[in-house]
Amino acid sequence: MLDLVLNAFQTLFSLEHFPFLILGVLLGLVIGVFPGLGGIAGLSLLLPFIYGMDEVSALATLVGLVAVIPTSATFTSVLMGIPGSSSSQATVLDGFALAKKGEASRALAAAFSSSLFGGLFGAVILTFFVQIARPMILLFGSAELFMLAIFGLSMVGSLSGKSVTKGVIACGLGLIVGSIGAAPATGEYRMVFGINYLYDGIPLVIIALSIFAFPEISELFRKDTAIAEGAELGKGGWTRGIKDLIKNKWLALRCAGLGTIIGAIPGMGGSVVDWIAYGHVVQTTKDKSGFGKGDIRGVIAPESANNAKEGGALMPTLLFGIPGSGSMAVFLGGMVLIGIEAGPSMVTKDIDLTYTIIWSLAIANVLGAGLSLFLANPISRLTKIKFSLLAPFMIMVISFAAFQATKDIIDLWILLLFGVLGIFMKRFGWSRPAFLIGFVLATQAESYLNMSVQFYGLNMFMRPGVIIIMLLSIISVYFSRKGSVDENAELIEKGLAQKLKITPQFVFSGVIGILVMLSLFDSIKQSFLGGVFPMVISIILIPFILYLFWIYKSNDQSKPEIFDAEQVAEEGTFKASWFEPIAWVGGLYILSMIIGFVPSIILFFISFFTLKAGTSWLHTALLTAGGVLLLLGFSHFLNLELPQGLL
Amino acid sequence: MSEQKSKILQISALSILFLSIYFGLQFLNATNSVDITLENSEDIQIDDDYFKNKTIQWVIPFKEGGGGDTWARYNAPYFTDNIEGNPTIIVTNIPGGGSIKGANYFADNVKPDGIMILGTSGTTQMPYLLDDPRVRYDYDNYKPIMAYPTGGVVYCSPTLGLKGAGDIKLLLDKKLKYASQGPTSLDIVPMFSFDLLGMNVQAVFGFRGRGAGRLAFERGEVLVDYQTSSAYLKNVIPLVEKGEAIPLFSFGALDANGQLIRDPSFPDLPHFGEVYASLGYELEGIRWDTWFAFMSAGFGGMKLLLTPKETPDRIVELFQDGIQKMKKAEKYKETKVKALGLYEQVVGPPASKIFDLATKVDADEKEFMKTWLREKFDLNI
Repeated sequence: MLDLVLNAFQTLFSLEHFPFLILGVLLGLVIGVFPGLGGIAGLSLLLPFIYGMDEVSALATLVGLVAVIPTSATFTSVLMGIPGSSSSQATVLDGFALAKKGEASRALAAAFSSSLFGGLFGAVILTFFVQIARPMILLFGSAELFMLAIFGLSMVGSLSGKSVTKGVIACGLGLIVGSIGAAPATGEYRMVFGINYLYDGIPLVIIALSIFAFPEISELFRKDTAIAEGAELGKGGWTRGIKDLIKNKWLALRCAGLGTIIGAIPGMGGSVVDWIAYGHVVQTTKDKSGFGKGDIRGVIAPESANNAKEGGALMPTLLFGIPGSGSMAVFLGGMVLIGIEAGPSMVTKDIDLTYTIIWSLAIANVLGAGLSLFLANPISRLTKIKFSLLAPFMIMVISFAAFQATKDIIDLWILLLFGVLGIFMKRFGWSRPAFLIGFVLATQAESYLNMSVQFYGLNMFMRPGVIIIMLLSIISVYFSRKGSVDENAELIEKGLAQKLKITPQFVFSGVIGILVMLSLFDSIKQSFLGGVFPMVISIILIPFILYLFWIYKSNDQSKPEIFDAEQVAEEGTFKASWFEPIAWVGGLYILSMIIGFVPSIILFFISFFTLKAGTSWLHTALLTAGGVLLLLGFSHFLNLELPQGLL
Repeated sequence: MSEQKSKILQISALSILFLSIYFGLQFLNATNSVDITLENSEDIQIDDDYFKNKTIQWVIPFKEGGGGDTWARYNAPYFTDNIEGNPTIIVTNIPGGGSIKGANYFADNVKPDGIMILGTSGTTQMPYLLDDPRVRYDYDNYKPIMAYPTGGVVYCSPTLGLKGAGDIKLLLDKKLKYASQGPTSLDIVPMFSFDLLGMNVQAVFGFRGRGAGRLAFERGEVLVDYQTSSAYLKNVIPLVEKGEAIPLFSFGALDANGQLIRDPSFPDLPHFGEVYASLGYELEGIRWDTWFAFMSAGFGGMKLLLTPKETPDRIVELFQDGIQKMKKAEKYKETKVKALGLYEQVVGPPASKIFDLATKVDADEKEFMKTWLREKFDLNI
């Protein structure tokens, strides 16, 4: 085996191949910075090059590209609170909180060094694991996969916030929203209301952007300060970040292992890895009070897991021809084009190729994270820019990213709709991570439950794998009893001293209640197999919602359920009303439907800079030209579409 | 007050400046091309360098990385190299609704000028044939540029105790399960095949892709499965060699006259018709005709490259001449089997034959299939 690995290195570092790896890495870094595009956009850019390349060079380019996308996605997650890819959602929680404290460069440095470490360690594990990977992967049947989804859901316990009731409802709501569209067991359509768009369910990218990024943008918009409010940019943040990793090396090691293993299980999808890693660090830390407010461990855990995950996801891709994640699907497509056949031969006669791929991935991680580290310091100055100068760019970026999900103008409206939901969830202290975990795992939990009941019946609970994962879930719930992450913990303390008006949060909870009832009525109309999952979830939620209403009615202000950030906030924090950001974005989307996205964004930029930022003629013109050229350039080179108007 | 005025002035002036630049550039771009519409398509003279400096948008109603996507992306650079005028080819993926969304997009936006073409697959044909109300595309309005057939092989686990299709009777009294993507997917063909043979197969839905179904087979959750030809060659043949899978039959292939023959990729394997006949059934009647129609739509016309039927013949010729040239290219010959499989990408009369078989199904056969789906899966279609 050692000689195979050495051979792989020799091939990689040869002059013919190494430049191609670097080319892939650079492309991946640039594309990864734009949230939501991922490897898919990269592939279309790469293909014309691949056409003329030899096997190994083409592979190197492809691997380089795929490997570093979760790395550079970290930039927007930390600096702007925009989840850059499906596997850097959890990074937002503490990463962005650190950026707000002026410690962006520390967070970035810790994130990149963790990525580097995770990617390398993942490759080491894979080097040994690859020989036994086939039988190991086959151990995970539908029953085990169902239990893994439950294990993922158990992480909600540590992320539900101060109010368990609201955490459970948020997660349940996520499960309900995630079950919109075709029922896995029968193909019936649920909660689609005759809208074609909903038949395929709501895309994860849009939910992540709206639930996390949108409320942050709205809040900063209303405060109109820089992201790092008044805080000095910490000196030496860069070295501090690296020292943070060294201090938490065992944590990084565990999370990298976790990432590799979960990544290797086909059908789990990469989107939940970062949450499991995040839940793990919360559960195993004694002092949990800093999480959600800028604990560096909350950055190290998901970041060391998400690069390792890409390595793990290589296993089902190479050995079974079944992509382990979205970017792996693209990678597999690329392999076919190059003429490499994934399958059992990858561990026998093509084993040298497999090792080349694994170690290309590792080296690409080192290169990508290294380059990003280099950029961490200068780029973190972005957090000192006045937000009204940054906001139009961020709104443009999330709209563009959302539109790439299905290339339908409805993408934008879904972004806005769930963005508003996110704003109120944040305001009234509902756990957004709990909602997201529910959403991500809804389809998996339901379809694997359906399959395992049909394949195994009650015998599924006799399977050793199922028992082990079930025990892990129980342990995870047990640990989460000892405290849960709440971004608003301090404000809640403050709120206890005040008398808060109940009506706004009561109305919001009422809307949630109506959604749950809607789901219940819809599920009754379906056949048993098609409707049972949302039905059971809705029924479970009813007592929780009633309990919440009871608390509001009794107006017991000592309960953590009662919370309203708007009322707790100090006088003068918000300079604009809550619907102003919504109105700006809504106006942009209405205009886009009529005259198309590009002209609308031009008008949006000019009006926003002039009115909100008070920029001069020249500055407005330059900023607008810059933004539009960035947009047009990106969509041109990546062959991406922009919303067209009626005209 | 004056400050407000100057802001409004600034917004209006800059808006007019930017928008006039933007729309001006767009207008210049638009006037560069000739517009071919349904009305004038017959009169327009097409030059040999019609495609020069043009960009062709190849719509693929599937997501990146899948079979349909790979097919288009593999061909795209060869099209550029070999089609007269060397047009740029852009593959646009519009996934959704099991490919309905992208095909609808094509139907709504296409002009008969060869600048936008659609690649469909068996998955796109199925909802069209079953009259799904969401479908806005109509194959009667299109003609084929190229067709690419494929095949599929049904195999089973050796634990069932049979050695091959000869022992198929052994399966008839067993309760089996099949890992399926859904009742209206391409899985109709294997599931309907099982039913015709009299096998007792329960479909378990919710699998994402045939790969997931194969994994369920390897885990022993299901004992019978099918894969399309290229996936079968790459991933099931190794199992057959190790004695972990027994091939049963292929769905067959269509010859130049549209007759069902043994799949040339698997000449030793009987096709479904042979197995069906061996159980004493006749290869005629509504059950057989329905099977044949849907097999042709799903596998015979697995991949079709389409343009509106009003497209000037010269444009289609430019495409087809390029494709003929492509098939002679050394690099294509070297790499095609690995990337796409053993079957030929065909143009001209054979493509039209496949197109007709795959998209023109009699009302009786459609109705029979719909009734079968309703009764078998309690489906409301």
